[in-house]
Amino acid sequence: MPEPRLVEVRKNILKANDVIARELRERFRNAGVFVVSLVSSPGSGKTAFLEKILSLLHLQCRVAALVGDLATENDAVRLARSQAPVKQIVTGTLCHLEAVMVRNALEEWDLNGLDLLFIENVGNLVCPSSYDLGENLRLVLMSVTEGEDKPLKYPTIFNSADVAILTKTDLAQAVEFNEDTALANIQAVRPGMRVFKVSAKNGQGVAEFVDYLRSRQIALRPAAPV
Amino acid sequence: MHELSIAISIVEMAEEEAKRQRGRVAAVHLRVGMLSGVVKEALLSSYEMASADTPLAGSRLQIEEVPIVVYCGACRAQRETKSAQWFCCPECGTPTPEVIRGKELEVVALEIQ
Repeated sequence: MPEPRLVEVRKNILKANDVIARELRERFRNAGVFVVSLVSSPGSGKTAFLEKILSLLHLQCRVAALVGDLATENDAVRLARSQAPVKQIVTGTLCHLEAVMVRNALEEWDLNGLDLLFIENVGNLVCPSSYDLGENLRLVLMSVTEGEDKPLKYPTIFNSADVAILTKTDLAQAVEFNEDTALANIQAVRPGMRVFKVSAKNGQGVAEFVDYLRSRQIALRPAAPV
Repeated sequence: MHELSIAISIVEMAEEEAKRQRGRVAAVHLRVGMLSGVVKEALLSSYEMASADTPLAGSRLQIEEVPIVVYCGACRAQRETKSAQWFCCPECGTPTPEVIRGKELEVVALEIQ
């Protein structure tokens, strides 16, 4: 048998996903829609948080949401109560969303009619970190009930996100949540990361986050023709 | 556990290249960053599964792990961090979010027979 020869290749394994994500980002920009994705572990309150902000944003601008779920359509049903258009992406056994799934889900949507689009990923703090979905802003959520060390256990996802949302703050006292430790852990894995503290239950911090989102979205909007 | 779908992509990519090179793949050389979100051990066992019953069955997956390198604004230099839990300069301690290396997930070479 001949000696093996080494052939240089240099190919990004996730190139197919990255190419679609780039196309999506271009489409979003042309349509003037600001896209926000949400990642977290299962049960940290992504859907409750999204339901809350959708119901507020719905009064201010044109919003919609895509929601990834392994098997059920429960989240989409919950989010539809906000009156915003919602579409479910059932991923089956797949533990994360990929750009192609977002593209397929958006096939019949007119993006020009939207200001803000949310993409709720499957509850998972590992796999979604590798997949770009073409979003402008990635939120990572962690609830006070999960413990202060979540960022240290999942540094990759925190590092891939832009903004952290601390959820269920109404339960902080009951679970003896140490906020200073949690904030220090977030800063350790992502120095300078902006953090919002919210409770979807009593509404605390939600308006502040909505204002922040609106300012980001408006800043991105292409200037109106004169 | 998305290593299996990544392993399948690697197998497909290598198969295609082997066809172009008119040879058989003996090994795939991979570069995996510590921040790529991929676990080496999981990828190795997934690769075995993904390559079985393909022309790549029995080939090796050789993984080079790439450490996390950040840019320290205070030192004006690139520095290798000691852990993924602490994004600061190992020399002067300044926190830095600027990641230069560590997110790689790429096939760098194939050994073809």
